[in-house]
Amino acid sequence: MNKVFEKGGKLYWLHSTVDAFETFLHVPGTVTAKGCHVRDAVDLKRIMIIAVLAAVPAAIFGMWNVGYQHALATGTDANVWQAFWFGFLKVLPLFVVSYAVGLAIEFASAQIRGEEVNEGYLVSGFFIPLIVPVDIPLWMLAVAVAFAVIFGKEVFGGTGMNIWNPALLTRAFLFFSYPNDMSGSQTWIALRKGETLVDGATGATPLSFVADGGMDALQNAGVQYGTGFWDMFIGAIPGSVGETSVIAILIGAFILIWTNVASWKIMLSTVLGGLFVGGLAQLCGGTDIPCLYHLVMGGFAFGAVFMATDPVTSAQTECGKWIYGFFIGAVCVIIRLFNPGYAEGMMLAILLGNTFAPLFDYMVVERHISGKNKKVKVA
Amino acid sequence: MSNNIDLKKGLDLPISGKADLETRETIVPDVIAIQPSDFKGLNARLLVKEGDRVLAGSPVLADKKATDILVTAPVSGTVEQIVRGDKRKLLAVLIKADKNPEYLDFGAKDPKTLQAADVKEALLKSGLWAGIVRRPYGILADPEVSPKAIFVSAFSTAPLAADTEYTLGNEIEALQAGIDALLKISKVYVGIRSTESRFAALKGTETYVFSGPHPAGNVGVQISHISPIRKEETVWTVSMPVLAAIGRLFLDGRCDLRRKVAVAGPAAQNPAYVETLPGLPLKALSKFYGASAEGLRIISGDVLSGANAGANGYLGFFDSTVTILKEGTERELLGWAKPLRTSRYSCDHSYFNWCLGWLKPSRKYDMDTNLHGGPRAFVISDAYYAKVLPMDIYPLYLIKACLAGDIDKMEKFGIYEVLPEDLALCEYIDPSKSYIQDIIQNGIDLMLKEMA
Repeated sequence: MNKVFEKGGKLYWLHSTVDAFETFLHVPGTVTAKGCHVRDAVDLKRIMIIAVLAAVPAAIFGMWNVGYQHALATGTDANVWQAFWFGFLKVLPLFVVSYAVGLAIEFASAQIRGEEVNEGYLVSGFFIPLIVPVDIPLWMLAVAVAFAVIFGKEVFGGTGMNIWNPALLTRAFLFFSYPNDMSGSQTWIALRKGETLVDGATGATPLSFVADGGMDALQNAGVQYGTGFWDMFIGAIPGSVGETSVIAILIGAFILIWTNVASWKIMLSTVLGGLFVGGLAQLCGGTDIPCLYHLVMGGFAFGAVFMATDPVTSAQTECGKWIYGFFIGAVCVIIRLFNPGYAEGMMLAILLGNTFAPLFDYMVVERHISGKNKKVKVA
Repeated sequence: MSNNIDLKKGLDLPISGKADLETRETIVPDVIAIQPSDFKGLNARLLVKEGDRVLAGSPVLADKKATDILVTAPVSGTVEQIVRGDKRKLLAVLIKADKNPEYLDFGAKDPKTLQAADVKEALLKSGLWAGIVRRPYGILADPEVSPKAIFVSAFSTAPLAADTEYTLGNEIEALQAGIDALLKISKVYVGIRSTESRFAALKGTETYVFSGPHPAGNVGVQISHISPIRKEETVWTVSMPVLAAIGRLFLDGRCDLRRKVAVAGPAAQNPAYVETLPGLPLKALSKFYGASAEGLRIISGDVLSGANAGANGYLGFFDSTVTILKEGTERELLGWAKPLRTSRYSCDHSYFNWCLGWLKPSRKYDMDTNLHGGPRAFVISDAYYAKVLPMDIYPLYLIKACLAGDIDKMEKFGIYEVLPEDLALCEYIDPSKSYIQDIIQNGIDLMLKEMA
């Protein structure tokens, strides 16, 4: 590193930023100072980049789907590439804003704390565009990202210290501050100025149909909407950019589990939690939505695979992870079924899960310790 | 046998440079060092001056508080230099060694006929008491306190560590005498690698067989599976070389610390064993690292918990391994971004060495001292660390309690059961590159201060 960036140099205020870019290119030449003399080759950069790679299929599918939905809704023809290109141009600004705002705050805070820049935001910044409606005004996104990064993360001490998932906090901020731009049927389809929807197109997501009128509403939705289970599984439906395709998300889940970057226990238990409550409600006649539908509608799959598994904000202990995941799945479906206000429950369920994760861990650890003490007394 | 304990958690580092099972030479060093820092908890008082004549077994240092705990000279000769550091802190006593060592005679005795008090006295006088480590905290044993039990791990699973079957396999008689002596004080548990081990023949002990990867050979891990340490309990641990020395003390009546030391590591040339004494200047091993020690790290101990002694340092009292590594100051281009990084080892599945392991399980890596990343806050969850710690504790909770300096929590999460070496693998695999062993040591130091 050039001397001007070192402590006392003129450009010391850029130290963390320069260090971040430099270590991006080269592994630092630092050697172990004490303790273990050799270290594993893995670092957070590697783990984080795998998480980003896992979300790439969902992002690519999402871009195509934005174009596809636009073509459907406006009654124009677009082949795969035209649809993708349309979506790419629509989604790219979201990525630019998310990374520019978030990383600027990260770099500045790292500098203030005198630390190196943590790679955590590389992942959050990639996830944020995937969980917002494509037509969200960019200034809103910028404000939300700034809020989430500053008050969700930096005030606690940066990545690793935060309580809530920063990406979801961004979405929650948008959801509560600008509800008109985050729900209803106009938000999920990208439209250029002056374009209007063709007859019968509403732009509503399957979830909002279901929330309004149960399965009947879903089945009577406009003809151009895929409303069957498999349509929602494939994902050519309106929704947030990256959340629609369960196939793309499953590819990501496979990468995350295969590389051990995210916990399969959380994913599985979230699914189980959702199925449990969904199934119970179905059995008791509380709803006519088959419980499997919950897994493929809305943000359930994306949340279970990419959001709930965030290692910082999820439960720490193996047993805690089962409880945590089950809790999220269950709460998500409870909100969907029994709350008239919100069609989607995943975001709130995960944020609530994040809040309770330390409590789940506390229970698990305390139980373990009291069990251990009992064993000693018996022995 | 019910005394089989199969440990699943842990990791054997595939590091190259294992020492050949042959003793290349016997090194009688010109100068030998006694370093007070080898003995944790020793508040050293100097008993000799420069120019004094000492015999092998003569006291050199004593503890200021428990004055009957002595550290004795491993060789006979004259005190050449007393090395002091900042604030006149005593760093080492250098003794110029005689060609033919003269031993102070403590009198051969049959330990079976002795009382506990006699054994204690013999150990204290000969200086071998300082070789006993007390847990919790890993400090000198207090002669006034009787331990609940004494634990000996008969093998080491640390990377490249000396193979005790080779170094001490033919000293069963001395080891048995050592055990007989310790049995007078308390019951003795021995952890062995397999029932075929030569140490399975040791009598009077309760023997447990531990299988599984490192740290199965760590005595702390073995204790936690045999009889975990609780608050206000004390146990002792004795390393194999010290146990043999205790045995020789009773068989021959002398303090004889000779041991076979493995000189190993990716940067060691023709790694093999040498027979020598603790306090050996590591310069004397120059044959193993060539003309210059520049760019090398010479470690007294293993790569996970050894001390960076350097070419001008000395072999530690408890160490029977010297590891030679290359300093990893090279800046690898796009290291973390390479899809495959086959020259570096990672046990994390985000690199694909674990798949390569199927193709060639015996593959070893020339590891160096590069940190492979920058320090970060803890991001990955407790379970990631727990998979290399075969103990009934939550490592990240303990680490965070130590960081917070919270005595109650440290106690609750198991500070009594661990020494830094037990969490060394957690430090090795940590993607946040924290100095976990240092954090644990600071926690232990805080406990000692608060409990005193």
